[in-house]
Amino acid sequence: MTVREVARDAYREALPALAASLVGGLIAGVVLSGMRAELRAVPGLLVLVPALLATRGNVYGSLGARISTALHQGLVEPRVRSGNERLRAAVAAALANGLLVSSFAAVAVFAILSVLGDSVAPLPVLVATAILSGLFSGVVLAGVVVTAVFAGYRRGRDPDTLVGPLVTTTGDLFGMLFLLVAVRLVLLVGGVI
Amino acid sequence: MSTDWTVRAITRAMLPVLLALTLVEVGSGLVLGQFEAQLLQYPTLLALVPVTIGTAGNLGSILAARLSTSFHLGTLSFDPTDEHLAGNAVATLALAVSIFPIVGIGAWGLTALFGGVQLAPGTVVAIALTSGIALAVLAVAVTVSVAYVAYRFSLDPDDVVIPVVTNTCDVLGVVVLFGTVQALL
Repeated sequence: MTVREVARDAYREALPALAASLVGGLIAGVVLSGMRAELRAVPGLLVLVPALLATRGNVYGSLGARISTALHQGLVEPRVRSGNERLRAAVAAALANGLLVSSFAAVAVFAILSVLGDSVAPLPVLVATAILSGLFSGVVLAGVVVTAVFAGYRRGRDPDTLVGPLVTTTGDLFGMLFLLVAVRLVLLVGGVI
Repeated sequence: MSTDWTVRAITRAMLPVLLALTLVEVGSGLVLGQFEAQLLQYPTLLALVPVTIGTAGNLGSILAARLSTSFHLGTLSFDPTDEHLAGNAVATLALAVSIFPIVGIGAWGLTALFGGVQLAPGTVVAIALTSGIALAVLAVAVTVSVAYVAYRFSLDPDDVVIPVVTNTCDVLGVVVLFGTVQALL
């Protein structure tokens, strides 16, 4: 193969996945730019955004990869209703890890900004926002990943090639959407008390 | 995969890596915090943030996946004249040049639709495209270096290269966007 042929193949193979995640990223961006009031009300929230979005991608990307490997090996049946114990453990682990890592990110952001002397919202506000958004987006993303990987597998598609673009697209989208919902809830409760 | 399918075993395998990657991402958040005032002033720039980070990470992870497959198949050598290396590098650059103008137009158009645009579309496209080209060059450099290190230490490129490259490119996405905004605005 010449350099030109390799480049053309690589380009054609990557373009659809990039275009799909472009749509998710743009919608996430619109949500973020509509969140300016919340970003001003909760200093430190913007610093937390990349860590929260990346956690969604890392945790649910790895859940998808784990399930698709298990399907290939015949360890898991491609049916949600079969209530497979392995599947339940994998989903529970993903949710638990997502929540742990999100709260860790909130604590780290609070600690670093406090040490730097920057203005930062109270720790409970950041942690509550991180946990609520992790919980909401986690439940939806786990559902999306499991359903899509199973559906893809039953239709004879290789789930490995589905997981990456699917998680980057829906992860950004739901991650940002539920971050907005979570911070509004926290501000609402905080305002009432 | 040898990990048991219990919550405890999965957590033990994943959590250390996740915590380390989170600290890297908090670093990129701190860079975002440095130009928070500008981002809040120009909503279009704020809209560029997730899509730039995401596209940079995707360019890196696609390149990493392709290089590690060629590597497993034995068709890759770490030689600048190697056609797999050169071809994939060229494709990464071409993808950036075709995707990032759409990123710019999309971010401008969508924020225009939902109110509050103060930047000219040309400026936004210039910021997106400049960042995109810089990111493609950096993604190639990072991916090839990480893949080379994995190869020298005989680590499985699939386990190491993809998460390291994706999260590094995330951070570079923010840093490059910050640099471009300072240079062009």
